Amino acid sequence: MKILVCVSKAPDTTSKIAFTNNNSSFDETGVNFIVNPYDEWYALVRALELKEAQGGNVTVLSVGGLDYEQIIRKALAIGADDAVRIDAPESDALSVSTHIANYAKDKGFDLILCGKETINYNGSVVPGMVAELLDLPLVALAAKLDVAEGVATCEREVTGGMEVLEVNLPAVISAAKGMAEQRIPNMRGIMAARTKALEVVSVENTTATTSVSNYELPPAKSACKFVDPANAAELITLLHQEAKVI
Amino acid sequence: MRTDQYQGHDYYLMDELLTDEHKLIRDAAREWVKKEVSPIIEEAAENCKFPQHLIPGLASIGAFGPYIPEEYGGAGLDQIAYGLIMQELERCDSGLRSTASVQSSLVMYPIWKYGSEEQRMKFLPKLASGEWIGCFGLTEPDHGSNPGGMTTNFKDMGDHYLLNGAKMWISNAPFAQVAVVWAKNEEGRIHGIIVERGMEGFTTPTMHGKWSLRASDTGELIFDNVKVPKENLLPGRSGLGGPLSCLDSARYGIAWGAIGAALDCYDVALRYSQERMQFNKPIGAFQLQQKKLAEMITEITKAQLLTLRLGQLRNEGRATSSMISMAKRNNVDMAKTVASNARQMLGGMGITGEYPIMRHMMNLESVITYEGTHDIHLLITGMDVTGFDAFK
Repeated sequence: MKILVCVSKAPDTTSKIAFTNNNSSFDETGVNFIVNPYDEWYALVRALELKEAQGGNVTVLSVGGLDYEQIIRKALAIGADDAVRIDAPESDALSVSTHIANYAKDKGFDLILCGKETINYNGSVVPGMVAELLDLPLVALAAKLDVAEGVATCEREVTGGMEVLEVNLPAVISAAKGMAEQRIPNMRGIMAARTKALEVVSVENTTATTSVSNYELPPAKSACKFVDPANAAELITLLHQEAKVI
Repeated sequence: MRTDQYQGHDYYLMDELLTDEHKLIRDAAREWVKKEVSPIIEEAAENCKFPQHLIPGLASIGAFGPYIPEEYGGAGLDQIAYGLIMQELERCDSGLRSTASVQSSLVMYPIWKYGSEEQRMKFLPKLASGEWIGCFGLTEPDHGSNPGGMTTNFKDMGDHYLLNGAKMWISNAPFAQVAVVWAKNEEGRIHGIIVERGMEGFTTPTMHGKWSLRASDTGELIFDNVKVPKENLLPGRSGLGGPLSCLDSARYGIAWGAIGAALDCYDVALRYSQERMQFNKPIGAFQLQQKKLAEMITEITKAQLLTLRLGQLRNEGRATSSMISMAKRNNVDMAKTVASNARQMLGGMGITGEYPIMRHMMNLESVITYEGTHDIHLLITGMDVTGFDAFK
């Protein structure tokens, strides 16, 4: 089975968030980037488990500049067989999806796996766009994935329970929490990653269809106000006039 | 213990001086420690028992001989990668790092540097994989800072050597399969001999009653007319320089490890200072607490720069023993001070097992003593800069 896993980068969750260019760009100074956890922990690891059980090949793909190679090496260290970096800026979701689809269209992948979203922008649209551009079926937010005889069986959470879906391969599937368990790269994997192939594909830039005008941080948390238990009237006044919740 | 919320601190953007592979190795070690060790380390320290089930995991992250060439089972990495792994292990516990640095620097290193090809092929792959654990016998009950005075000795009996004597304060001794033992021959010359568990007359009683490095096993090595095959003598080096070169490697690892312990104490104290409210504001908003935190991160940053430079020099083969002494002495003392101030910031909570600081403080009392005491390292620097030997 040939599996393509799309991996993106995201800031470490402990990063300090700041903006530049009149609040229109994310300030990457001093920010530590990690592999987007939904891509790494669930999509990539489940792809590796399927390959280990059934044979095949797992390719990881990223769209981005040279700074992406650090996270691609981690994906290779965890166990992917080879990697592709589409050398193009991550302009917007449609641009990234177009690059992925253009690369994947004639490669014969049985399965294209993505995380359900990136933890920085939470757009969740790349898997759907890739499926549409390749005219493939999509199962989004799968929390479980099994493959047998060309059919993928997925489970996903619905209100009050689970939904089981079957889809013929090839297909695009986006991975939610639960699909696999995180693997920590071991030293053998890190050493093996040194010599695994990382193909860099030059492409003509696509025009982004959306652009960011500005970012805003959420309002700072205000300090707690303590009200004497004997003073219920003050509490009610504050809830009514300041918090405006009653 | 609480959930391990540790995050690294890199005030001078030192990550920019590391390779992508360095960071991958460090982060993998950190993730493994958080997942496998942090949840159990407090209990291991309370029970005074090294958690042996961690050995395969330590091997998998490359903690055993990462700089040993790949043909002998190592990872062929550089000295900075080795240092980063030691930092991440000691960030959790000095005893954990001790087990790994003894295996790497005091057992695998001498076999690699001074062993025969047959010895390398026999021992190194099994030590790298963790199938065998090793220990290092130099210190004796009556010879600590003066190892050259050792009385453990061996006699040439024709087809074997006969080993007699005792070693003390030996990390990993109670469960090690292999011991690299330093002993004098009949002419009084020091040689390294590989002693294997099961050899008649060789016993390794556990030392009890430690209030430090409780998550690491420490013991004695007793040699009572042990017959050691002649092929177990390390042929490549004799004299005190042999064990001292191993100590250079181990002390270098300790210099990195101590930064790890300091970082953990700082990290815990910083977070606590932002959450703990007194007089209606976080204690981190008070000047006296800020003084402690500012001095901690300043000293940690200085140690990080010193140690990374030392790693670069070791990669180039230009780090001297005296340079290593300076880093070991400075960093362990720094970590002790950071731990002490961090403990004060946590008030009463600082003495409980809910936070790691008191355990670090107790561990560091051993670390400042073993592998050359704080005072001995000062004399090494003193001799290096003046040319006068003030040891005796």
